[in-house]
Amino acid sequence: MTTHDLLTKGWTRDQMAARAAKELRDGYYVNLGIGIPTLVANNIPEGMEVTLQSENGMLGIGPFPYEDEVDPDLINAGKQTISELPSSSYFDSAASFAMIRGGHIDLTVLGAMEVSEKGDIANWMIPGKMIKGMGGAMDLVAGVKKIIVVMEHVSKSGDPKFIPECTLPLTGKNVVDMIITDLAVFQRPDHDSPFKLIELAPGVTAEDVRQKTTAHYVE
Amino acid sequence: MKKIYSSAEEALDGLLFDGMTIAAGGFGLCGIPERLIDAIQASGVKDITIASNNAGIDNEGLGKLLRTKQVKKMISSYVGENKEFERQFLAGELEVEFTPQGTLAERLRAGGAGIAGFYTKTGVGTVVAEGKETKEFDGETYVLERGIRADLSIIKGWKADESGNLIFRKTARNFNQPAARRFT
Repeated sequence: MTTHDLLTKGWTRDQMAARAAKELRDGYYVNLGIGIPTLVANNIPEGMEVTLQSENGMLGIGPFPYEDEVDPDLINAGKQTISELPSSSYFDSAASFAMIRGGHIDLTVLGAMEVSEKGDIANWMIPGKMIKGMGGAMDLVAGVKKIIVVMEHVSKSGDPKFIPECTLPLTGKNVVDMIITDLAVFQRPDHDSPFKLIELAPGVTAEDVRQKTTAHYVE
Repeated sequence: MKKIYSSAEEALDGLLFDGMTIAAGGFGLCGIPERLIDAIQASGVKDITIASNNAGIDNEGLGKLLRTKQVKKMISSYVGENKEFERQFLAGELEVEFTPQGTLAERLRAGGAGIAGFYTKTGVGTVVAEGKETKEFDGETYVLERGIRADLSIIKGWKADESGNLIFRKTARNFNQPAARRFT
C-alpha cells in the first residue's frame, strides 16, 4: 500500500482517468475535454482501437511531440501542440461539429462544477467571477452518444458537487450518463431514470458517499 | 478582378468602416490572420463586432484589438486565455455573445451558404436558448440559430492561387473554412 492509500480514501486524478478509460470499447470515436479527461488518453487498453477526435478539426491524435518536432499548425482542443498518426485526418470546424452534434462520436469525458440528480451539468461559468466561455462543451453534451463526467466529489470549499439542482448556469439539461468522482461511480441506464451508485473507490464506504452527496440516487 | 495584393493594408483599403462586423478564422493562436489583424489595428477603425472562436491572448492576435479598445462586441465560444477580455467583459466595457463553438461554426457556414437559420439541440435548456425560438422535431426540442452576416472575413491560408483558391494546413484550417463563406 502506498502512503496515499493509507492516509486518504478514494482515487487520484490519474486513477479517476483510468476508471473512465474502462468505458472505452474497440472502434470507439472519442472526444476528451481539457484537464483530467486528457489523462484518459494515457489509459487506452493495449490492443484496443480508439480514435481520438479533437474539436478543432482532427481525427486520430498522436502523442505530444519532442521539442524539435513542434508544429504550431498542429494543436489539440486544449491548444497544446500534438503530433499526427498515419491514420490522421483534418477538416474544418463546421465538419468537426457536424460529427459531434450529429451523434457520430461515441463517448466524451468532461469535467464539471456541478451535476444535478436529473443529469444537468454546469461547467462553463460562475456569474460575476469566472467567464471563460463554453467552447465545445454544449455541443458535446447535446450530440455525443455517451457523456461521462469526471470530477472531485466535493469542491475546494467542501461543498457537494452532485446536487439536487444546479445553481450555476447550465451547459446542458438532462445529458449526463455517468459520473466518476474521487469517491465513487454513478450511472443511469437512460435519461428518465435516477443515477445508481455502482462502485466505491478503495477505502470509501456507502455512508461516506451519502454524507457528501445531496443529490438523490439509488444504491 | 484583382485578388493578390502586396500588403495587408493594400488588401483592406476601402473595406474598413466603424461599426462593421468581421468574421475571423483561427482556433487559439493557430491559423489566425496575424497581418490582417495588425493592419486593422493600425487603421484605427473602431466599434467593431468580431465573430471569432477565441479572442487571442493579451497582446497577440485579436487581443491586440481589445487592448486598443477597437472592439465593441465579440461573438465567441471561449475567451479563457485572455485576461484583458475577461476584465473588459466583467467591467461592462465589452459586449459578448457567448456562442457554443459548433453553433458559431455552423452560423458562419450557413450564413455563407444562404441558409438564414437552422435548428440545433446545442444550448437547449441553457441561457444560450433564452429569447430564441424553439421547435420540436420527433419529440426533441431544438433552438433556432441565425446565419452570421459579416462585412468582411479575415482568413489565414497556407497556399493560394491567383483565382483566390486556398489550401489550409493541418489544424490551422479550423474556422478559416466556414468564415471564408461570407454572407453577402
